Amino acid sequence: MVAFGGSSRPVPSRVAATGLSFTFYATFAIVLMFLDQRGNWLEYARYGLSAAAYPVQLAVNSPTAAWDWLRDSFATRETLRAQNAALQAENRALELRTLRMEALQVENAQLRALRAALPEVVVKWLPAEVMNIELSTLRQRVVVNKGASAGVFKGQAVLASGGLIGQVLRAGPWSAEVILITDPEHAVPVQVLRSGLRTIAVGQGNAGVMTLPFLPVNSDIKVDDLLVTSGLGGVFPAGYPVARVTEVGRDPGQPLAQVRAQPLAAIDRDREVTFVWFRPGHPAAPVPLAESAPPPGLAGAPQDAPPRPAVAP
Amino acid sequence: MNARVHEPRGAMLLAAFIALIFQVVPLPDWLALVRPAFLVIVVLYWSISAPRAGGLFFPFLCGLALDVFRGAVLGEHALALVIVAFLAIRMHLLIRNKPLFEQALIAFAALALYEFVVWCIDGFSGHTLNSGLRWLHPITGGLLWPVVCGLLSRTHRPR
Repeated sequence: MVAFGGSSRPVPSRVAATGLSFTFYATFAIVLMFLDQRGNWLEYARYGLSAAAYPVQLAVNSPTAAWDWLRDSFATRETLRAQNAALQAENRALELRTLRMEALQVENAQLRALRAALPEVVVKWLPAEVMNIELSTLRQRVVVNKGASAGVFKGQAVLASGGLIGQVLRAGPWSAEVILITDPEHAVPVQVLRSGLRTIAVGQGNAGVMTLPFLPVNSDIKVDDLLVTSGLGGVFPAGYPVARVTEVGRDPGQPLAQVRAQPLAAIDRDREVTFVWFRPGHPAAPVPLAESAPPPGLAGAPQDAPPRPAVAP
Repeated sequence: MNARVHEPRGAMLLAAFIALIFQVVPLPDWLALVRPAFLVIVVLYWSISAPRAGGLFFPFLCGLALDVFRGAVLGEHALALVIVAFLAIRMHLLIRNKPLFEQALIAFAALALYEFVVWCIDGFSGHTLNSGLRWLHPITGGLLWPVVCGLLSRTHRPR
């Protein structure tokens, strides 16, 4: 920008970046950061910018998409038949497992002394594909090809086959950024299915590992315990599988146990995710937090989460 | 004749666009860790070899694009790139006359400065990411510098 010509050093006549223009751009950048970080005042600007970014994302994704299309269209009859058979077998297994679902629901309602069985908590779901865009190397985030035009909203829960996979961090018009449960800035309120123990599972920036850093040494947790969402925190509904405990370290000298778990959803391999909408008012639906919205990265964690204690790694 | 006619603005934008694509193309994890910051290198190159073509507006725009694509706080990469480009433009005559090897060292330092600024802002904005692996890419970036120079110097008439 030569327009900001108030040069303090006249000798090299071709100064392109004066201190003045530097101050201008640096201040502008800092103001932008402040507005974006503090007030969420740039929602609309973000929305527009992500619309502008969409064509490039499509272009980057296109080789993979073209390859998938080619593979699909040249799939042989044998492969298709095999696939079909496998899907039918899976479908039969699933049907068998849900046969007693109705009866169990009624029984559950009776046990809970309710008059009628509760309706399903999920009212709508929308499959989406993960786009091949790398966001940041050390973070666990993905871009998917459905956005606000399909009804996706910020803070929405995202499932994949196997279990919970993350939540929507930012929804653009045609694409959305999903923060995965394994991102180091993400935390899910979970419950140990066996014992009912509630805690928080935190991501580690690694697709196969989550940690449960806030459990005392004497807490009732074992290897192979299933962790499901506890429904606290206002984002995820109760009862969705999240991870399985793989390692419990109890050091008597430490106040807290070192617990690791493996996410059930194939986080680094699944190309398909599902956005879900919940019936508001359902007992299993997430209860929205009363007042302040949680910070974007930690929306899953309760506000009064204990500070991370100084545990030796 | 007006000097502006020769400013390689088209090549600049095209190079930045291609660099941006390289920066967001998915790679296997181990490769992604050493992926150089292509866009920063390209901005650095143009700041040194054509400082008047884009001024500080070009780095700012590239940084903003990076922010949008990487889902960072708006202005984070923009600030880092503006700082790096400002220093590079201020010293472009010095850097331009150095041998390629020294230029690569300077590029390494500039990339490290860039990563340092981003790291600081990450810390300020609460996006802590305490992995030492983020400091790997300036090394590969410095190694890539001669290649980028060789490619980009063909797109315009270096002065």
